[in-house]
Amino acid sequence: MANLLQTLEALETDMWLPIAEIARKVQSGELKAADLVEKSLAAIADNGEYHAVLATLETRARSRARQIDSDIAGGKEVGALAGVPFIAKDNFLVFGTETTAASNILKGFEAPYQATAINRLEAQGAICVAKANLDAFAHGTTTENSDFGPTKNPYDIERIPGGSSGGSAAAVVLQLAPFALGSDTGGSIRQPASMSGCVGLKPSYGLVSRSGVVAMASSLDTVGPLARTVEDAALVLDVMAGVDALDSTTVERNPAGYTNLEGSLQGKRIGVIEEYMGEGLQPNVKQVLEAALDKMKAAGAVIETVSLPSLPMALAAYYIICPAEVSSNLSRFDGQRYGYTYPDAKDLHESFAKTRDIGFGKEAKRRIMIGTYVLSSGYYDAYYKQAQTVRTKIINEFNAAFEKVDFLFGPNAPSTAFKLGEIVDDPLQLYLEDIMTVAVNLAGVPAISVPAGLSAGLPVGMQLMAPQGYDAELLATAKQAKDAIA
Amino acid sequence: MAQISRDDVLKLARLARIDLDESELDKFTEEFSAIIKYVEQLQSVEVSGLEPTSQVTGLKNVMRKDEVIDYGYKGRDLLQNVPAVDNDQIKVKRMIA
Repeated sequence: MANLLQTLEALETDMWLPIAEIARKVQSGELKAADLVEKSLAAIADNGEYHAVLATLETRARSRARQIDSDIAGGKEVGALAGVPFIAKDNFLVFGTETTAASNILKGFEAPYQATAINRLEAQGAICVAKANLDAFAHGTTTENSDFGPTKNPYDIERIPGGSSGGSAAAVVLQLAPFALGSDTGGSIRQPASMSGCVGLKPSYGLVSRSGVVAMASSLDTVGPLARTVEDAALVLDVMAGVDALDSTTVERNPAGYTNLEGSLQGKRIGVIEEYMGEGLQPNVKQVLEAALDKMKAAGAVIETVSLPSLPMALAAYYIICPAEVSSNLSRFDGQRYGYTYPDAKDLHESFAKTRDIGFGKEAKRRIMIGTYVLSSGYYDAYYKQAQTVRTKIINEFNAAFEKVDFLFGPNAPSTAFKLGEIVDDPLQLYLEDIMTVAVNLAGVPAISVPAGLSAGLPVGMQLMAPQGYDAELLATAKQAKDAIA
Repeated sequence: MAQISRDDVLKLARLARIDLDESELDKFTEEFSAIIKYVEQLQSVEVSGLEPTSQVTGLKNVMRKDEVIDYGYKGRDLLQNVPAVDNDQIKVKRMIA
């Protein structure tokens, strides 16, 4: 117990200044990028037992830090993230370093190019110090599906951190770096942020380039920041957002940017999603969320209940569309061009089939085969086309809800973090954990998880959602909501 | 269609180029039936008059000029992870016996 209290105190004590302030102090010479990198590397080494990180990039990070410090000494303006260390989920390609997506099939793969998101952060002076653990290929909600072992929850080392960006969330909460990057295809940024206790932003679909991020389900995949405050997440989004020629699904950024979080909750209409607050939600989570709503109401927000009647069908639609796209995206892992290859194959077919059997974990195989099934002739209309049409229905319901309210509100998961190993052998049960996050991905709207409080010592996050393209407004409201419940 | 047979799973594994072993086949057969049964509830959703959605940005035909852009790496850099390279080409096993 003494240990636990120590940890809680450590988690709540700020180890890092706000990101904008770090960058200002590095630019003015008051802080050295080299010292910040060492501080981050030391924190990573001290917290090895949580297994948030798969690999550190010391050599590269130290050399970048030296360059930044010397540029500043020479009078150069480095940028909005000057000297700020960060950790990237290990499905982001960082030039010249190993990127595994926590899968055996990519073990040893050295990135020959770099994700646009990383390029943009580096162009503003940020320094990638480490790669974070994840469920292999981002398939999962607990980070137990990593081929290299699970990550542990910072609030209770016997529990899961959430997933699939569990390593990124734990890294931020343990303050191994000021921020981390994650990817969110069905909740993989918001749910671990909620369960581990940090802010996690899933931007509008298309706002941040996925070039150089290992693809999962391309019509749903988004990338975004995990951070300790909404301000920090907003600054990181501001640096990454906008059109990229290397990802043709990217959209124009908001010309006003994403860092103005001024304003108040006064008069803002917030719709509580009825379908998410019912019997599937554990009472202890509901209690924390209702207390947060009361405080937001006291700060002037207009709280109403709204219904999106097709939401209970979103999970079934997701678990057709997602595996279908996974089966297509993972066909590139064939052992011929990169990654693991079965050494004793007699012919090409055996090389494919053995490489993929040995290289992929169970969940990747499961999703590839489910995807193959729903796309096969004879079943395509009944499954895939029907799921895409239900997707339209869900989008229409989101649009109708946003006619009545400015933002939507709900939980991120039915419960707080459960014990490691508690649900491992029942894939359908694990899929059901995604029920409160996947609809947002189907609709392409932005959503954020913000810490709402603790229940029995475990974090509970609240999820706020906005219409597509309203990321700036969402961030401002999230900040105001967080201030209201503090 | 909720019942998925072992033969169905074997056929899917072949289509997906995954050489499953016997115990995996049994396990997947059991799990797939449960997953397919769950997603089948979609078939009861009324969708008449609605079109399927395959993307959400509303973007159409994103075009670019057909020109070489220098991203700072060469074709040869992309071969560094290839298991077998011969004369700057990817070498694979025999395909036709």
